Amino acid sequence: MLILIVGAGRVGSAVAKQALEAGHEVSVLDQDPLSHEQLDKDLVDTWEDAGGRFTVGTALEVDALVEAGIEHADVFIASTRGDNTNLVVAQIAQKRFKVPRVVVRVADPARAAWYAEQGLHTICPTQQAIDLVAQAALAPA
Amino acid sequence: MYVIIAGAGKVGWNLARELLAKEHEVTLIEDDRRRYLVVEQELEHAVQYGDATELWVLERAGIQRADLVIAVTGDDEDNMLICQVAKEKYLTQRIVARVNNPRNLQHFKLLGIQPAVSATDLILRLIEHEVPQYGLVQLLALEGERLEIIELEVAVGAPAAGRRVEEVELPDGALIISVLRDGGGFVPKSDTVIEAGDEVLLILDPGLESAITPQFTQSAAAA
Repeated sequence: MLILIVGAGRVGSAVAKQALEAGHEVSVLDQDPLSHEQLDKDLVDTWEDAGGRFTVGTALEVDALVEAGIEHADVFIASTRGDNTNLVVAQIAQKRFKVPRVVVRVADPARAAWYAEQGLHTICPTQQAIDLVAQAALAPA
Repeated sequence: MYVIIAGAGKVGWNLARELLAKEHEVTLIEDDRRRYLVVEQELEHAVQYGDATELWVLERAGIQRADLVIAVTGDDEDNMLICQVAKEKYLTQRIVARVNNPRNLQHFKLLGIQPAVSATDLILRLIEHEVPQYGLVQLLALEGERLEIIELEVAVGAPAAGRRVEEVELPDGALIISVLRDGGGFVPKSDTVIEAGDEVLLILDPGLESAITPQFTQSAAAA
């Protein structure tokens, strides 16, 4: 299974490493060449030596997405720092490249909910934090 | 008409001014605090501070009753998403989006954001109009209506040169609507004679260009 991850921040790079360890083919796209360090961290060798792929480019550049392998991706994960970039690139993956499974990180709970209704698989860390904090704070003693 | 404009840069601010001068109701939304304070000195309550990609900001501006939403921020992703939620969530009748990077135009189309206006494209059109070395200039494309208006220069020796409008062999779906000659323009009648050196405007169904161009260029056989 080919998993394409756009945005190699904390979440993106950690998921990338987990997926690689689980035996999947993993390709990461990030506009910052230095984000490669996030991928190398905690690995014995480099990300590429471990079998991973890395492409430098911005999320909305079709050439970069194609180079990163979007045409053959089975799973697409949008996990850049920007909600708006994530929501646009996820829709490009879904509507234009017909990637079967698209997961998109959205920090804004209101839009995460609305885009989920429109058929995007959104993950909202903010909403999860709200639920957990509220649960922890308001649980009966 | 009630208009919401996202982005108080040069484009957004001036649009707001023009629309207010035409007595429309306008709310301009700007997410840079300093820019907001500058614009607020002139436009007062017609400008609001906030990120127009957030739903509550659009709702605070009254998007439910907006007749037109214009997204002209400097960020293409923002413009796409503002127009997408306006159209699909709040059912805004009319949207207009600015395209900053022409390479992103394909993404606006993919998301159904139309019209999407690119300043680079507009300036290119003007250059083509002023420097007609390209032969054929597309002046206007009404994609929703599937019609376009093009401009062609009539070459010396072209089949159409010296013929009456009714004699020019055009495919169905194409019509000569104007002739530009000696610095002026007029609407031709069926017996108007087309001259070499004229520029003619045609309205046509998209895709007919290749069938039309040979009538106005010098054919290889005639040369």
